Amino acid sequence: MKKSRLPMVLLGVGLAFLYLPIVLLVVYSFNDNRSLTVWTGASLRWYHELIEDGQMLEAAWLSLRIAFATACGAVVLGTVAGLMLARFGAFRGRALFAGMISAPLVMPEVIMGLALLLLFVSAEQLIGWPAGRGVLTIILAHITFTMSFVAVVIQSRLVSMDASLEEAAMDLGARPAKVFFVITLPIIAPAIVSGWLLAFTLSLDDLVITSFVSGPGSTTLPMIVFSSIRLGLKPEINALATIVVAVVATGIGLAGFLEARRARIREREESQAGKA
Amino acid sequence: MAVPSPSAAPQPSGILPPVAPRTLKDRVLRVTRRLGLTGRGGVILGPYAWLVLFFFIPFLIVLKISVAEPAVGIPPFTKLIEWVDGGLDVHVRFSGFQALFDDDLYLLAYLNSLKIAFVSTLCCLFIGYPMAYAIATAPEKRRGPLLMLIILPFWTSFLIRVYAWMSILKDEGLLNNLLLSLGIIHEPLKILYMDLAVYIGITYSYLPFMILPLYATLEKMDHTLLEAAADLGARPWKSFLTITLPLSLPGIVAGSLLVFIPAVGEFVIPSLLGGSDTLMIGRELWNLFFNSRDWPSASAVAIALLAFLVGPIMIFQHFQGRDQDKGAAR
Repeated sequence: MKKSRLPMVLLGVGLAFLYLPIVLLVVYSFNDNRSLTVWTGASLRWYHELIEDGQMLEAAWLSLRIAFATACGAVVLGTVAGLMLARFGAFRGRALFAGMISAPLVMPEVIMGLALLLLFVSAEQLIGWPAGRGVLTIILAHITFTMSFVAVVIQSRLVSMDASLEEAAMDLGARPAKVFFVITLPIIAPAIVSGWLLAFTLSLDDLVITSFVSGPGSTTLPMIVFSSIRLGLKPEINALATIVVAVVATGIGLAGFLEARRARIREREESQAGKA
Repeated sequence: MAVPSPSAAPQPSGILPPVAPRTLKDRVLRVTRRLGLTGRGGVILGPYAWLVLFFFIPFLIVLKISVAEPAVGIPPFTKLIEWVDGGLDVHVRFSGFQALFDDDLYLLAYLNSLKIAFVSTLCCLFIGYPMAYAIATAPEKRRGPLLMLIILPFWTSFLIRVYAWMSILKDEGLLNNLLLSLGIIHEPLKILYMDLAVYIGITYSYLPFMILPLYATLEKMDHTLLEAAADLGARPWKSFLTITLPLSLPGIVAGSLLVFIPAVGEFVIPSLLGGSDTLMIGRELWNLFFNSRDWPSASAVAIALLAFLVGPIMIFQHFQGRDQDKGAAR
């Protein structure tokens, strides 16, 4: 059967569509001109302005701390949730749980933001906690929507994982908790790492839910970026975008390199084992 | 088989003769097990309680406040039930919902959101399907890196990717400059701050969500079916339409819903790329909440939006659940 080249061509066009805006953003971050569309010369002017923007730096630091706390909380809850869906069989209330864990994947953010804010306001009226809105309410809200993504990652890893190792450990008399920590956890560790990173990124990037549940003094980076680009283009944002892209690219490159090295080592070991 | 809980199967029973519980520890364990306080129950409780508290209850509160009266103060709505002069005074009003029908603005915003989300979903499908197909039929070694390329933009900020389109689409932007210099147009096209820019923005931002589920179904497909069809003389297009397309239907539905549902309530894209006359319901909800500070009406809008989306969300969960049930059936 002759294979058509058409899908490959379309894939190339589609990837260009995905990457062209990002590439342009990076290129124009080094442009000296404010207009963003006319190239007048290379300069690091916008990076200087970005570094001197104290408000922006402060917000970035706050966002990073929130994202870190969110990712740690979401990875614990999301891993347990994924385990429940993949390994616990039909426990009571499973259907409701499955519904609640997958709904945030598609729920419009304005609805979740509003709902969480009203929860925090009502809880404050009733029991006086949480007092006001700020970093704590943002973290609670972020954990709620990111744990679903972690759960999906963990669950799909567990479903594709060979359960016979766990069964063998249980046959040998290991308690479920021991089986989890000694057998399951090390095997799904890469999925846990990617779940953590996913939660971190989602939290770092969130604007809508954060805007609803934040309070005075807890302005995150996306909130500052949004309010400044709403009025038009701002070249410092290009510099910021370039830094984000550079960090992501470095991280992915590093992960790819480590993975490739691990695969090479494994291959070598396997071939040696084959000879012996 | 599911991991058996300690309560369901005391494992060593086959090895040791059962001994009546004597020690205090055994008695405590027996009581807690009878109450359902097993380790497994405790594990379930964590995420379950979290989701009930932070996901389920908030929706009940939205429902409650959607029928409250707006008031000046903090929080800006009245209590539903109050004790007045020794009697219960119940304030429930539906004017928040009434306004949705009386004011054309909201109805138009709902309809326009559905239209924009639907058209953008179709665009994602038409762009994403060939891409997913190309990756799924690529040599196995190349699939991982190609998939990585699809996911990569997702890791850079969503806000910044939308911002990138502002500099491309504006009147003196890169696209207009390019078209002008090529002599294709003689006057800049007005795209930014129009509905067209919103379509482009949504299609661009949500494209990976369409490609990933499509790839997952296309990759699992049994390619011997296509070979059989070819052996029997079917043209490639015919075997695509009669075999590949129907078999990838679950991916099409899952991908479309992953794009459509959040797109209906999208706020960021219409407010950055759309004009002031680009009506979308997510934006109206935001304005009601942050600008008019009318929390009850904002809640009514949210409830009505949710009512529109319950159907699609349930279909999405049905497809999502098929994978989960594999876990349940173990």
